[in-house]
Order: sequence, then C-alpha cells, then structure tokens
Amino acid sequence: MTSTTTAPRSATGSVALRGVTKVYGHGDQAVLALDEVSLDVEPGEFVCLVGASGCGKSTLLNLVAGLDGVSGGRIELGHGVNPGLMFQESALFPWLTVEANVEVPLRLRRLPRAERRAKVAELLRTVHLADFGRKRPHQLSGGMRQRVALARTLALDTPVLLMDEPFGALDAMTRDILHDELERIWSERKLTVLFVTHNVREAARLADRIILLSSRPGRIIWSTRVDVPRPRRIDSPEVATIAAEVTDRLRTEVGRHGQ
Amino acid sequence: MASDTLSGAPRTDAELSGLDALEIAGRQKTTTRAARLWSATWPKLAALAIALGAWQLVVWSGWKPEYSLPGPVTVGQELLRQAGTDQLWQGLATTLRRAAVGYLFSVGVGLLVGLAVARSRVLRAAIGSMITALQTMPSIAWFPLAILLFELSEKAIFFVVVLGAAPSIANGVISGVDYVPPLLVRAGRNLGARGLNLYRYVIAPAALPAIVAGLKQGWAFSWRSLMAGELIVVGISTTSLGAQLTYARELSDAPWLLGTMIVILVVGLLVDAAFGAADQAIRRRWGVLDQAGS
Repeated sequence: MTSTTTAPRSATGSVALRGVTKVYGHGDQAVLALDEVSLDVEPGEFVCLVGASGCGKSTLLNLVAGLDGVSGGRIELGHGVNPGLMFQESALFPWLTVEANVEVPLRLRRLPRAERRAKVAELLRTVHLADFGRKRPHQLSGGMRQRVALARTLALDTPVLLMDEPFGALDAMTRDILHDELERIWSERKLTVLFVTHNVREAARLADRIILLSSRPGRIIWSTRVDVPRPRRIDSPEVATIAAEVTDRLRTEVGRHGQ
Repeated sequence: MASDTLSGAPRTDAELSGLDALEIAGRQKTTTRAARLWSATWPKLAALAIALGAWQLVVWSGWKPEYSLPGPVTVGQELLRQAGTDQLWQGLATTLRRAAVGYLFSVGVGLLVGLAVARSRVLRAAIGSMITALQTMPSIAWFPLAILLFELSEKAIFFVVVLGAAPSIANGVISGVDYVPPLLVRAGRNLGARGLNLYRYVIAPAALPAIVAGLKQGWAFSWRSLMAGELIVVGISTTSLGAQLTYARELSDAPWLLGTMIVILVVGLLVDAAFGAADQAIRRRWGVLDQAGS
C-alpha cells in the first residue's frame, strides 16, 4: 500500500472522475446510468467498486477506458495513458494461440519482432503460463484464460488496469489463487487498479478502498478504506468484518428500491 | 476447497500449476491423421457402393432397355475410353475455366457488396433484403434475360453465375460481420485496434467461419448456374461438359451422357470436399469443434 505510492511512474497512474454523468437513449427513453460521479484514484491504489445490478459499474469502466463517451463531466488520466480493460469473460481471440493473443497489443504498437517475442515470454512467465504459449484458448481452463487475458492487458504497458468482474465466472479455489496472483502483479508493477465486483468479500480481500455505488442512477454513496495488512486471506476475520459492513450498506441500498 | 482456505501456508507455484494440470486434463484429444482420413472416407465409399449397386439392380430389372439406361460397367468402360481422348479433357478444361472465372467474379462482387452492406446502415436497409430475394430466384430463370442482353455468349453464362453465387457470398460476409461477438470488438479496441486494424485483427478473423460458409454455398450456386448455362447456351463451344450432355442426348448416346454426368458430379464433390476441409480446419482452429464433441 504505502510502498506502491513511491512508484517511479506513479504520476501517470492516477484516475480522476469529475462529476461524470452518463445518459443512455433520448427523450422519454433516456436512462440515467451514472449521476455526477466524482472519484480520485491515486497512483498505485487498488479501488474496488461494489454495487447491486444496474449501478453502472461496467458503464463507469467503459467510460474510463474510452470505449464510450461521457454525457457530462470529465475523466482525467495521466498524459498518454490508455487504461487496460479486462472482462468477466477472457475475450481472448479464439483463432490465435496464447502467445499470439498476448502479442496483439505489441503488434499494434509496432514493436519489432525480437522485442515482441521477449516481451510475450516475460508476460507469460509473469502469469505462470510459460509452457502454454502454443495452446489455443479453448484448450485452457477458465482461470488460465483469465491469466492469459491479464498478460495480454499487461502487454499494453499501461499503469491503469480496469477490471470488470474478472473472476466472477470462476470457482472459489481458482478465484483465491487469482487474487494472490493479481495482488502480486499489482504490487510488482505498481499498477492502479479499478476493480468492479458484486462480491463484497472479494472487494475486502483486494481493495485499498471500497466504493459503494447506488443503483439507477449510479452514484457514490459510501466508501471505506481497508486497512487490513497484506497479504490478506479471504477467510480472515478482518476481511470478513469489512465484508459484513459493506454487505449491510449494500442491503440497505437494495432495500431502498423495494419500497 | 475447505482444506485450501483453512491452511495457513502461503500458496505455492506448484499449487497453481497443479490446478492448471488438473483443469486441462482430458481436453487434449489425439487422433492420427490416418484415422481421421479413414473415418471420413469409409462412409463415402459405402455410399458409392450402395449407389452403384442400386443402379445395377435397376438395369438388371429390365425397367428400361440397355441402350437408354446402360449399367455402371458399360458407363465405366465408356469413361475409360473417353479418358484416352482429347474430347473429355477439353470439355473439362473449358468448363473448369468458366467455373473459375465465374466464381472469382462472384467472390469479388460478393465480398465487396457484403462488406459495403455490413458497414453501412443505409445500404443495409436498401439492398439487404434484395440480396436475400435474389437468392430465392432460380438461376435458370435468368437465362432468357441473359441471352437477350448478351446473346449466346460466355458473358450470358457469367452473368447468371454471378447473380446466382454473389448473393450467397455477400450474405456470408454480412452475417459473419453481424455476429462478431461485441465483447471481442471491445477487447480489440481496448488493445489499440482502431479503424482498419480493427478489421484486420478482430472482425475479419472472427467473421471468417461464416464467410467460408458463404463461399461454399456460393460455389454450389455457381456450379449449378454454370451447368444450366452450358446446357442452354450451346453453340458457342463444342466441348464444354454441358454441351457434351446436349450432344449425347441428341445422339442418344446413353453411356456418353451418363459418363459426362459422373464427371460433373465428381468435380462438384471434389470442390465441395475442399471447402469442407477448409471449414473443418477453421472450426478446429477456432475451437468450435471441441464443444460439438467431434
């Protein structure tokens, strides 16, 4: 946590949202997905966004990634920063091998061949898949595919990682391991992570800060720092306490919609 | 799982690779090329044997006299005799040249129209449904118009071949581009693929299976249109396979007629098999076959 803020490139890793609003549709059909969301994420910070369905979590990540435009407000990123985005599904290209998938962002950045090779090998080692470069995505398990997707995103060489429920479709044991892996890579590479999840334990396991979003429209209603020292375990009492608190807040928010 | 989360020991890399090994165990299926070839071949050989047997039985039944319906042996001998003459090979060459030219035209037109329609909403509204309408038109119904426009020439044949095949190819491109998973497009854009690069790295490869299916269907249509054309537009060449069918009928030369039909059938089957192999290779690479369990 404190160690990550001294990263050499930390200044570029910040993410700031200033009154970000997103409206879908027009006229009577218009839906307010995000309403005046303001948020400052420090370089190297791990922030989890938690909320029930319809809170615009994924919308928010799309906006930060630049895949969609804001309706109001501003998003500020470090100069030249293109955040990497990961999804619940790996979104690997099935027609390419694992290696070639990881190589795509490098080719798009026009790196020379030798450099690409070295980089792909290094990234696959980072996610412990050095022996699987020649496989195709369909030959791997869900957890392995997500690790390849992580390697491919890291190939963007970006200080900001946006993750949209990346472990939502995995079994508990695989998810545990991937939490460890992600935490290790995050701290090694001094990444800024914006992590969306509806799993409050996962949020308490991973986050420096948890932010709770309301539903329809999405607004920030509460946030808390997680001061549990790392490495953490998802089943530790400290993590469970934080998770319970977030769950209570979340229930209150969901209950509001039932009235 | 319980033991995993309760033990206090830090996770090791061995644990991770152990999980990987367990999870992908049994996913690799190894079949030799020879075994695959044989399993693909024997049903076809069996079908051929059944067809020849049924043909021979009909001949033996005496339903039609031998001079109008000769048996497989007679036709086989005629084919062998023909294989020793120039006539068959010239006919085959003429027909295959036309098939290639007509098909390449169709591919060009189909790909261009398909891409244009897939990209533009206006074009889609305007000609999207027209393409499907064109597909339902029996190609032989175009020939009177084609002959009026181009007289009894190869152009008339190509006109009908392209009209028959291009819509299928265009439809393949359109549905291929339409069904590219949006998630892959988002991932591609996030990885830095914009504009043409998005087509090169994501859309084209993702659409390839549907495009190949369209190309295959387009071939079937162009081959049929070509045969219809060669039967109708006789007189411009004495050697094409279609013309030989017409002459054989006029001369009541049943072995020649049936032999030529077999040549036409075999050409169609061979090209179809080539498309089938390409289709299989792509699906295997894309990982679609594994899910189907084959």
